[in-house]
Amino acid sequence: MRVILLGPQRRPTVDAVVRSLGLDGPVATITAGWQEREADDGELSRRLDGRDTALGLYRRWLDVQDRDPVYAAGERALQGVLAELQDTYLLRLDYALQAVYALARRADTRPAAQALAAAVAAVRELDRTHLRQVDGVRGEFFERLPPHDRPIIAEHRAAVARLISESAAVVVAGGHVNVLADVLHLFNVAAALNAAAREPPAGPAASPAAGRPVIAWSAGAMALTDRIVLFHDRAPQGPGHPEVYGTGLSVLRDVVLLPHARTRLLLDNAPRMAVFARRFDPARCVLLDNGTRIDTDDAGCCPPGTRVLAEDGRVTALEAA
Amino acid sequence: MTGPSGPPARRKLAINRLRERRPLDAAVVDRFLARHEVPIIEGPRCTFLFRGEADEVFLIHRTFGLPDHLPLRRLYGTDLWYAVLELPEGSRIEYQLEVVRGEKRERINDPLNPRLAHSPVGSSSVCYAYGHVIPDWTQPDPEARAGSLLDLVVPSRALRRDCQVTLYLPARFRRTARYPLLIVHDGGDYLRYAAARTVLDNLIHRLDVAETVVAFTYPGDRLAEYANSAAHARYLTAELLPRLEAEFPLAGRPSGRCLMGASFGAVASLATGYRYPDVYGSLLLQSGSFVFTDIGSDHGGGPPFNPVVRFVNRYRAAPRRVADKVFVSCGIYEPLIIPNRSMVPTFEAAGMTVRYVEARDGHSWENWRDRLREGLSWIFPGPQKFFYE
Repeated sequence: MRVILLGPQRRPTVDAVVRSLGLDGPVATITAGWQEREADDGELSRRLDGRDTALGLYRRWLDVQDRDPVYAAGERALQGVLAELQDTYLLRLDYALQAVYALARRADTRPAAQALAAAVAAVRELDRTHLRQVDGVRGEFFERLPPHDRPIIAEHRAAVARLISESAAVVVAGGHVNVLADVLHLFNVAAALNAAAREPPAGPAASPAAGRPVIAWSAGAMALTDRIVLFHDRAPQGPGHPEVYGTGLSVLRDVVLLPHARTRLLLDNAPRMAVFARRFDPARCVLLDNGTRIDTDDAGCCPPGTRVLAEDGRVTALEAA
Repeated sequence: MTGPSGPPARRKLAINRLRERRPLDAAVVDRFLARHEVPIIEGPRCTFLFRGEADEVFLIHRTFGLPDHLPLRRLYGTDLWYAVLELPEGSRIEYQLEVVRGEKRERINDPLNPRLAHSPVGSSSVCYAYGHVIPDWTQPDPEARAGSLLDLVVPSRALRRDCQVTLYLPARFRRTARYPLLIVHDGGDYLRYAAARTVLDNLIHRLDVAETVVAFTYPGDRLAEYANSAAHARYLTAELLPRLEAEFPLAGRPSGRCLMGASFGAVASLATGYRYPDVYGSLLLQSGSFVFTDIGSDHGGGPPFNPVVRFVNRYRAAPRRVADKVFVSCGIYEPLIIPNRSMVPTFEAAGMTVRYVEARDGHSWENWRDRLREGLSWIFPGPQKFFYE
C-alpha cells in the first residue's frame, strides 16, 4: 500500500500533495481524531477542491453508542480495563526508565555500559509485554462481542468499505490518536484499505501499480503503524515517559512516528533521545515536523533523507541502503 | 501577565531622588505620585508609600522571616511616608498599612495601590515583586468552553446537617464517558477567591488537565469538621462519594478520586485519606496546617490546633500510606512552610509518590490558585499526550 506521511498541517500541504498525485475521483477523508469537531472539515474540503467524501467515523461511533447499548457498555468497561493496564504499565515503566537514565549517566565503563544495555532490554521487554497484554484484552473483547455480528456496526462497516472502494485516495487527519485508532479498528478500515489496494485506483493519470494512496499526518499517521507510542516531553507536569499505547492499523510496520517532534520532544537531550531510539530499535523513530513529506515504498519503508533518531540520540537523515 | 520587570536597579531609587529635590513641596510630591505605580518596584527593592498626616505609619504583613510591623519614615517637610523592602524575584506579598493618629490605630489597604487580594476574612493590598507572573490560565479565556455548575444538597447523618455541594461538570460532559472526581474542601472559597471555575475551564481547554468532575464542598463548623473529624471523613466517603458515583458517570476507582484542600482543608483531606486509605488515589494539599510538636505541647496555634497537632503527631510517629500520590504546595513566606517541608519526607517514607512545590508567596488564595496547574496536571493529567493535530 502506498502511504504518504505528512508533517502537521497548521500550514497545509495536503492540497499540493493530492494535486501531485494526479488523482481523479473522490477523496475519502477521516477526521474522527477531531472528535465532536469531526464535521468542521470545511477547510480540508476546500483544500481538496470539494472532492472529499467524509467517512464520518466518529459520528458512526456515536451512533453505535446510541443504538447498541450492550456494545457501548462493553466498550466502556474495556476502556476502564485498558486505563488500569496503562496505569500499572506506567508505574513499572517509571522505575525501569529511571534505572536506564541513571545508568546512562555513568555508562563510561564496560560494566556500566553492559548494565545500561540490560536495563534498556528490560524496558523493551516491558513494552512488548504491555503491547501483548493490551492486544490480548482487546482480542478477548472482540471475541466476546464480535463487531461483525452486531448489525449496527456491520451496517457502518459496509458503508465505510464502499466509500473507500469508490475513492481515489484516503486522507487521515490528526487529532486524538486513541479515539482515531479505536474507530479505525471498529469500522475495520484496515481491511477496507487492503481490499481497495488490490483494486486499480480511480483516475487516468494514476499508475495502477501505485495503488490507492493513503495520505496521513500527525495522529492519523501514528494510527497507521503497528505500535503507537505516546510522547510529550514538555507537558505542564514535566516530561512524561514515552509510552507504548497500543496497535494501530499496522499498514506501516517497524516505524515509530513522531509528529511535532521539535516542539514535543527534548531533541537537544541526546542521552534521553538515545534511550528512545534504542528502546524501539530496529523500528525507525521518524520525525514528522512541519513541511515533512515522506513517500513510503510498497513495503512501507521510508526513503533516504527521512529524518530519524539515531542510536546516539541525534537527529539524522536516512541514507540510501 | 507579568509583574514589574527589568534588571535590578542600578541608579538611585526614585524615593532617594525625590528626597534630594529642592524645593520639596506638595506639588512635587503630587507629580511624583502621578508618575509612579505604588509600591514602586525597582529591581528587588520595593518602595511602599503612604501620604497623609499621621504620627506613625507601619507596613503590616505576614511574611515569615520579616518583622510583621515595618515602620515607614516620613519624608522631611512633606506628608509622604516611605519604607523600602527588598523582595526576591517573583515574590508576591499581601499587606496593609497601620496608621497611628494619637491613640487611634487604623489598619487600611494601601490607598495608593489599586491591586487587592480577597479572602473570607477581607481584602489586602498586594505587592507583585520584580519578575512575578500572574499565570494567564487564571484569567477568563473566551476560547475556553465553560463547564457548568450544579448545586446539590446531600443530607448527612454523619454531620447531622444538610450539606451543600456545588458540582462542576466539564464542558462537553457526556453521560457515556467516565470522569475522575476531585473533592474540594472550602469549595465556595476556591470558587470565589481562587477562580477555580475559570482555572478548570482553561486547564481542561488547554488539555493540561483531564476532563474532571469537581465537587466543591462547604464546611459547617469548619474548625471542628476539618481538624481530623471522623464524622467529616464518614460524610465524604460513605455519603457524598457513593451518591456522586451513583448519579454521575465517574471512574469509581482510587486512581480516579482525589481529595483537595488548603490550610485546615488540607488537614481534612489527609485525615480523610488516613481513615479510608483504599478509597482515594491522590491528595492535593496546599499550605496544610500540619502543625506538630517534637517535644512538649506548646505548638503556638491555639486551641483549634489541638486536635490537628494530636493527629499530625500521631501520623508522624507512624506514617502510613493513605494514597498513591500526594501533591504538596506551600508558600515560603508563610509560617507553615516548616511543617510542610517536614511532611514531605514523612509522606515519602510511607511509600507515597510526592510532588512538592514552593512559591515565593504567602498563605493566600492567589497562591493556592497559582499552584493549581502544577497540582491538577500531575494528579489528573490532561490528554495532551493523545493529541497530535
